[in-house]
Amino acid sequence: MSKIKCAIIGSGNIGTDLIYKLRRSAVLEPVWMVGIDPASEGLARAKGMGLKITDQGVDGLLPHVLADGVQIAFDATSAYVHAENSRKLNELGVLMIDLTPAAIGPLCVPPVNLTDLVSQGVMNVNMISCAGQATIPIIAAVARVQTVDYGEIVASLSSKSVGPGTRANLDEFTYTTSDALVRVGGAKRGKALCIINPAEPPVIMRNTINCLTESAPQEKKIIDSVVAMIAEVQKYVPGYRLVNGPVFDGNRVTVFMEVAGLGDYLPKYAGNLDIMTAAASRTAELFAEHILAGSVQLTKAVA
Amino acid sequence: MTGTSSLKGRKVLVHDMCLRDGMHAKKEQISIAQMIKVATALDDAGVPLLQVTHGAGLGGNSLQHGFAMASNEEYLSAVTPLMKQAKVSVLLIPGLGTMKELHSAYDCGARSVHVATHCTEADTSPQHIAYARKLGMDTTGFLMMAHLNDAAGLAQQGKLMESYGAQTIYITDSAGYMLPEDVKSAVGALRDVLKPETEIGFHGHHNLGMGVANSIAAIEVGASRIDASVAGLGAGAGNTPLEVFVAVCERMGIETGIDMGKIMDVAEDVIVPMMDHMVRIDRESLTIGFAGVYSTFLLHAKRASKRFGVPARDILVELGRKKMIGGQEDMIEDTAMTMAKERGLLRETHAAE
Repeated sequence: MSKIKCAIIGSGNIGTDLIYKLRRSAVLEPVWMVGIDPASEGLARAKGMGLKITDQGVDGLLPHVLADGVQIAFDATSAYVHAENSRKLNELGVLMIDLTPAAIGPLCVPPVNLTDLVSQGVMNVNMISCAGQATIPIIAAVARVQTVDYGEIVASLSSKSVGPGTRANLDEFTYTTSDALVRVGGAKRGKALCIINPAEPPVIMRNTINCLTESAPQEKKIIDSVVAMIAEVQKYVPGYRLVNGPVFDGNRVTVFMEVAGLGDYLPKYAGNLDIMTAAASRTAELFAEHILAGSVQLTKAVA
Repeated sequence: MTGTSSLKGRKVLVHDMCLRDGMHAKKEQISIAQMIKVATALDDAGVPLLQVTHGAGLGGNSLQHGFAMASNEEYLSAVTPLMKQAKVSVLLIPGLGTMKELHSAYDCGARSVHVATHCTEADTSPQHIAYARKLGMDTTGFLMMAHLNDAAGLAQQGKLMESYGAQTIYITDSAGYMLPEDVKSAVGALRDVLKPETEIGFHGHHNLGMGVANSIAAIEVGASRIDASVAGLGAGAGNTPLEVFVAVCERMGIETGIDMGKIMDVAEDVIVPMMDHMVRIDRESLTIGFAGVYSTFLLHAKRASKRFGVPARDILVELGRKKMIGGQEDMIEDTAMTMAKERGLLRETHAAE
């Protein structure tokens, strides 16, 4: 079976982990890695794994896109350069999977709205944030049972798994995630909190999801819906696990989750990074299946 | 005894915490009328700086940290216009509060801010510190749970905050765990690396009864700002009791500008009658101080204990063992449930049924 060829932009931890995930896919094949630093460890590793590499940024990739048949690109750089990367690659008919906080395309949480996005034929999808990927499925699982007046999440991340970009722009993370709890999760109002814990050995990613339902919670239906949703996420993040709950207290529904990574390139405690690369790969796979089946055509953007 | 000391003539800026840290001890239930009563009394007693927000600061209103009786904006707007000499400050913990909320607090009259991070995560604060300075606020970098970093590490973290624009760096003993020697080495290490014009502060909790002694120790090695709370109204066994600290300063000749008689009256006549429980070193807050746990966990652990039947002390020790830090209040209920399951007090999760 033929595979859809992919480029990875950004040769850091996320980009490198993506190579491992894409190589396991039945429908995706990583062929290019793009960096900006010739001395980058990630580029050297990618080369060793048989990918073509450039240290000239996206411009170094552009001349090869058509010849090498690249149809999907993952952007794991920063919000500041994403818009330009996306514009250039969309012009060549390449679908962008955005792992930065830029969010110029629709927000995507695979088990919640990926099918809709694929059918709309969008050319850029944004993966929100690690906390968004880990918590929005649960909010949505409650919201599909009954109206969620307010959704609030607390993400605890190990210090070692939070990079300098996120640290220097923590408000962006808070705003993006809070917004997505509403737009994708379906809560009427949303709030995201984030805690960075430096404990050694590093703590595994934890998420607490709270929903205030508008009317008394339908406990049995909510439990069934949450359990079914967790099974959906586990299809691409096996370490997505319910620790405690759902707990019902008046109209408050609380679910305590843990996310262990696969330990591909990133350590297992960094479930926050793993759930991003896994969700991005899952997203690309569904698009790829439809491209291969002819039910989705990627269109070149008019420059 | 004359009570003179080498600190005679030193000036210290006392920063009251009872309308912010005290919110924790009141489960965030302080009314606007009470805020006004306390703040005007503090102002009248000569307290130069007082903090007014939700216990968890800006953005604190949440299921995680509880909902206060009014928004931070409502509290600030009610209090700040009534101040004759005192400045009003707020707390901002990045990851919880944001720059939008800081701006809105400024618009409501706040002119000073503690930008707080865990003692190893100073690099999550550059945006907020820079923004506070841009607003023209008196800006402090506040290193919480300071006992979880060594003196050299604290110095390096403080230096980072100074580089973002912080004018004062605080050693914050959130767990009330530190002893005077710990405080001295932390403050001393900061003094060695910070610019001479950068001030140093100390925020204590009284879980081991060391609030006043630790504050004096900090002053001895260069601190010029001290957080305290009238009648100790604050998380855990409370903050350094402000009126006691002022009395000790009076004996030592340290100048605070606060009227000792008046502040004693505020403690006795205004704050103590407001308390829901006697803020004191009970066995749980002593456990917090001994085990090095975030003081705010006290009432949460007591609630979880009632609900799931696991003693609060056991929950607190376990939280300390798991190295949970400020802001992880959700992990108290989670830990209590897991412990209750292990002890056969709670059935397995619904999912497993």
